[in-house]
Amino acid sequence: MDLTYTEEEEAFRARLREWLDLSLPKLSARPDPLDWPGRRAYDTTWQRMLYDAGYADVHWDASPTQRLIFLEETERAGAPYVGANFVGLLHAGPTIAAEGTAEQRERWLPPVLRGDEIWCQGFSEPDAGSDLASLRTKAVRDGDSYVVTGSKIWTSHAEVADWCELLVRTDPDAPRHRGISWLAMRMDAPGVTVRPLRTLAGSAEFAEVFLDEVRVPVANRVGEENDGWRVTMVTLSFERGTAFVGEVVACRRTLGELAAAARANGTWDDRVLRRGLGRLNAEFSALWRLIQWNVSESQKTGGVPGVGGSVFKLRYSHARQELYEAAAQILGPDAFDLDRQWAADRLSSLSYTIAAGTSQIQRNIVAERILGLPKGR
Amino acid sequence: MDFRLTDDQRALQRGVRELLAGRFGPEALRAAVDRGGTVDRELWRELGAAGFFSLRLPEAQGGAGLGLPEAVLVFEEAGRALLNGPLVATHVAAERSPEAAEGTCVVTCATQLRSLITHFAAADAALVIHGTGIRTRRPKDLPHTRPVRSMDPLTPLHRIPDGTPKAPPRPDTVLLTAAEQLGSAARTTDMAVRYAGEREQFGQPIGGFQAVKHLCAQMLVRTELARSAVYAAAITEDFTEIAGAKLLADEAAVRNARDCLQVHGGMGFTWEAEVHLHLKRAWLRGQMWLTAAEAEEIQADALASAL
Ligand SMILES: Cc1cc2nc3c(=O)[nH]c(=O)nc-3n(C[C@H](O)[C@H](O)[C@H](O)COP(=O)(O)OP(=O)(O)OC[C@H]3O[C@@H](n4cnc5c(N)ncnc54)[C@H](O)[C@@H]3O)c2cc1C
Repeated sequence: MDLTYTEEEEAFRARLREWLDLSLPKLSARPDPLDWPGRRAYDTTWQRMLYDAGYADVHWDASPTQRLIFLEETERAGAPYVGANFVGLLHAGPTIAAEGTAEQRERWLPPVLRGDEIWCQGFSEPDAGSDLASLRTKAVRDGDSYVVTGSKIWTSHAEVADWCELLVRTDPDAPRHRGISWLAMRMDAPGVTVRPLRTLAGSAEFAEVFLDEVRVPVANRVGEENDGWRVTMVTLSFERGTAFVGEVVACRRTLGELAAAARANGTWDDRVLRRGLGRLNAEFSALWRLIQWNVSESQKTGGVPGVGGSVFKLRYSHARQELYEAAAQILGPDAFDLDRQWAADRLSSLSYTIAAGTSQIQRNIVAERILGLPKGR
Repeated sequence: MDFRLTDDQRALQRGVRELLAGRFGPEALRAAVDRGGTVDRELWRELGAAGFFSLRLPEAQGGAGLGLPEAVLVFEEAGRALLNGPLVATHVAAERSPEAAEGTCVVTCATQLRSLITHFAAADAALVIHGTGIRTRRPKDLPHTRPVRSMDPLTPLHRIPDGTPKAPPRPDTVLLTAAEQLGSAARTTDMAVRYAGEREQFGQPIGGFQAVKHLCAQMLVRTELARSAVYAAAITEDFTEIAGAKLLADEAAVRNARDCLQVHGGMGFTWEAEVHLHLKRAWLRGQMWLTAAEAEEIQADALASAL
């Protein structure tokens, strides 16, 4: 059991820190959360800066420990996280790297790393959320294309995406899990219509995507035809395993800011509130340790995160919500002011127990896949 | 950074688990309950011989020269087996008493549970801990102590009428108690999962019902979070981190025992099932050395001083 970083890892940290100090001031101010083109430009500029400095592929190629250091340092410096690049960098990219052909990797990965192309995730459908395998969007083969018809929902960043990792049903007669394929679809293809959905936070974070006889080249299929469910499991393990790591560092910083606010406005003297913050501090420190534990364990599996990601996500998503509930108590009336970041973050924290698999579904996964309890309904 | 256990640590863990399974299995546990929780002196000596108390002493003093991480693994196993006796106090006393190190002397502590003292009648000595310093008292130096009917059948209690001086707890006592809580939390998770897989109602194992399944999943989540916290604190030896580890391990042990009891249904409410023993001990340990309220204040202080 060793929590110290090697000399090489510390050197990586020092170089990175130096680069961040130099580079962050060159980045323009953060755009308004409602300004989608602005957000895309900001996030892709940041990705390009990382690319030029040689840090772009840190989520894929670096050792898991280097990735931790990267997330720790960028968060600490207040650098942007992956933003609109999150599907490309955190799910589609790693999936293509693991499952794609050499040609596919060559076509799709460099533009993601350079920040030239944005991806979105077209998995969920109106009638297939938690029960993803019941998806119905159909793809019928016609020459060297699939003709895709159906609709997707909750597609984050669909409005600004160039590509979509799309799950389709290629064999309607096969058992549910067997007839699915994983395709890369251009978002500007004829027949794709995006209708933004307004979230409870007020922003258009995600959208409905209607697909009307959209032609997708067969060459854009990652993995074998009808083997898409297996490919999807690879994608989901990345989604749950590593996608939240940077945020824990951010939560710890937020907690510190909250303590400062409580001291300034006198609520610190309220024993219940103060101890609640203390408890959250213990919770987030332990969550960081749990990440280190999971990262160490994943060294065994060549960096593909295991089901430990579900254990982490369950506790983290609830802790994050408690953090913002505590914030609301400490800030009092200010908690209702939408111009305060706190208020917006409190609202967005509500999605954490739903997105990327609800807490109920994560509990099923933990109970069945880790504890070996029988499948039921 | 590699947080995983080393091969030696895993071997130590396995060795202690096997020793306790052989020497303190279900029958020995029941016998201990029937004896009113008094210490089994023979077992105590065997633990001493196996290095349980002398683990962290330098080799020159007859110890194994190991560190807090190894001690934590050993105490986790003790917690899993629900081993009774003043384990932490005797382990600490081994620093100054060869008899304690060898397990020929049972040492309790007068400053672990506010005005209560555990295993007083069986103890050869009682520690009084002030910060990092310790003083040894003989039981007769603590007059007027009166027996209390203990809620935990495995932990006899006496009340110290004059109370005891309040002193900041020694970090290692807090962490080793947290390690026992962790072991207990892991054990009640195992018990719940096993029972849920065997017990049938409505024509299927109850573990197939989500309401039960989700209780079990939450137990694992609490255990694993506590484990990360306890192991990391053993490595860093940072007192704030140790306090946080105790807080989370207390929560895991108490709430897991309650959920385990629920999963067992009526059986869980009986004296026969082991669950109540875990719950009662977890409640008691939650008040030992450092309470949740104190741990939360320590964490809050850490937040404030980082400003
Ligand atoms: C902010 C946000 C962003 C998202 N981004 C994307 C995206 O980019 N791409 C994408 O494909 N999807 C995305 N999603 C969709 C997300 O994955 C789904 O919302 C989620 O999987 C739940 O599906 P659902 O909304 O259909 O809810 P439902 O599946 O209808 O669930 C409703 C309720 O029933 C419970 N429930 C359902 N089945 C079970 C069961 N078997 N056992 C116990 N309880 C059950 C659920 O836990 C939930 O409480 C996003 C969601 C959010 C909130």
